[in-house]
Amino acid sequence: MVAPLSDDTLALPGDGLREGVVNALRTALGDALLDVVLKPNDDLWVRVRTDAWRQAGLVLRDTVGCDYFCFLSAIDWMPSPYGKSEEDPTQPKEPIDLTVQQGYAGGDTRLQVFARVTNLAKHFGVTIKADVADAHPSIESWVTVYAGANWHERECHEMFGIGFDGHPDLRNMYLPTDFEGHPLRKDFPLLARMVKPWPGIADVEPLPGDDSEDEG
Amino acid sequence: MTDLADRQKLSYIAAQAADARLNVELETEGMTLNIGPQHPATHGTLRIIVRLDGEQVVWAEPSAGYMHRGYEKLTEVRTFPQVTALINRIDWLGSFANEVPFILAAEKLMDIEAPPRAQHIRTILFELSRIANVSLFLGDLGVQLGAVTPVFFAFRDREYVLNLIESATGGRFHPNFDRIGGLKDDLPAGWIAETKQVMKRLRAFCDEIEDLLFGNEIFQSRLRGIGVIPADVAKQYGLSGANLRASGVDWDLRRDQSLPLAWDKVDWKVWTHPDGDSFARCWIRLQETRESTKIVDQLLDTIPAGPIMAKVPRIIKVPEGEAWVSTENPLGEMGYYVVSKGDLGPFRVKIRSASFNNISIVPWVLRGVYVPDVISILASLYFILGDIDR
Repeated sequence: MVAPLSDDTLALPGDGLREGVVNALRTALGDALLDVVLKPNDDLWVRVRTDAWRQAGLVLRDTVGCDYFCFLSAIDWMPSPYGKSEEDPTQPKEPIDLTVQQGYAGGDTRLQVFARVTNLAKHFGVTIKADVADAHPSIESWVTVYAGANWHERECHEMFGIGFDGHPDLRNMYLPTDFEGHPLRKDFPLLARMVKPWPGIADVEPLPGDDSEDEG
Repeated sequence: MTDLADRQKLSYIAAQAADARLNVELETEGMTLNIGPQHPATHGTLRIIVRLDGEQVVWAEPSAGYMHRGYEKLTEVRTFPQVTALINRIDWLGSFANEVPFILAAEKLMDIEAPPRAQHIRTILFELSRIANVSLFLGDLGVQLGAVTPVFFAFRDREYVLNLIESATGGRFHPNFDRIGGLKDDLPAGWIAETKQVMKRLRAFCDEIEDLLFGNEIFQSRLRGIGVIPADVAKQYGLSGANLRASGVDWDLRRDQSLPLAWDKVDWKVWTHPDGDSFARCWIRLQETRESTKIVDQLLDTIPAGPIMAKVPRIIKVPEGEAWVSTENPLGEMGYYVVSKGDLGPFRVKIRSASFNNISIVPWVLRGVYVPDVISILASLYFILGDIDR
């Protein structure tokens, strides 16, 4: 157990405080802390090794003082094989590049679990990510760290098919029990779009008297 | 910090022991009772399954999902400006407040800021949607406890606020008024004077509700000391908004983070209550409605001149990146985690809605309470179904 953040660190303004948080995480987790993104005057992202997920939660709660659980969810980084529905349906389809490309704090897998916790006394939050294996995605449950993670993990389980080891009750929240597939994965088709192309992608016509130099 | 799992285990064992003792002594059987999905106390279609021992709840499980609309998936196939039409419908009583954090997240990624006049009007409309939302709560609260009059007062006075929102935005319930870079339109003529009149009315409405309900002895005995949520439990479950402040946690996102909105330019107070019971949650909301009318009054006096739209490209492409923005919505912390890949639409949007977390504490807080208190606790936690299911 690492001692909580010192008063000196807690007294630092914004980014100094976030650096203190990173140092505390590095001390407690060692090389299980894989990557850190600190955007000045904005926010803090960290990525931890999958097997250190629960321990990282404990460190965030007890050492960093982030006792408020905000949310937990997952991201599927694979681009949708069905396109973004931005294409003109009258034109032939262009091949879609399915290369998986992760966002802030990097990653190695297609699916990533991420969560956000907040320190209410000092008004800062940390977004924490971890990779989950592509073949059998699963990760330790946070239920014993943050009780509120219970429903978030259930939602994440049915929407992304990620298992949470140690979760007491991973029943579906929204979907029927015998539903097949994981709707928020990118390779799950949105049937409404399969049946009828989206009419909202009409090209914007220039307005009269409009200067076109601000074209996006 | 106390280990919540242990505490839960202990209270569960105690409940089981009490259950077993009763069964031996009286040869009673537990009963399973469905509250909902169609029940006036569920504000929509939330089903709560409770297991009863006599009049006491030994186990409770809310069953959400009757209104899941899959907004997180739908945002992935829409462009950024189109998303606001969807997320309007998450918390349908305070629609404009849903749009603001998403637009702010998109603006953060694009590195633009709305002009001061737009920020100001956004804040005014935000507070008006809070008043519209919470005034209905205050009226509905009476109905849950058997008092019918307050809800008529609430519907009467909320109408004035909705009329204001309609005359400014064109939509009573779903304004869809916020744009990346500013607002769709400026305020109509005469709106400021009219709003001041309505704010006066709303303050009178708060006084009425306080006289009718909060001073009432039956009301107090139904709510005081019922459904107590300690601060550390509230934080672990991610309760936010009035539910968290009623547990004594002094935290309000309007004050405690810097956003390009106008709350820091006016004088107002964040109310907290040390008790954490149902009464505290209701009382905080009453005080907040009063504060909101004060915020609106002050903002109306100081609207800066200038444009209402920043210069944004006609076709909006949001640069690659990730952004998290949350605001203090009528129901609590509402935030959007927006991931963009530089396209017309978002790559992934995680919608963090307040009611989802606020209701996830129900199995914990309902254990051991009596059946009539189930209704009053649910009413005091205040949720909107669309905000749970999304």
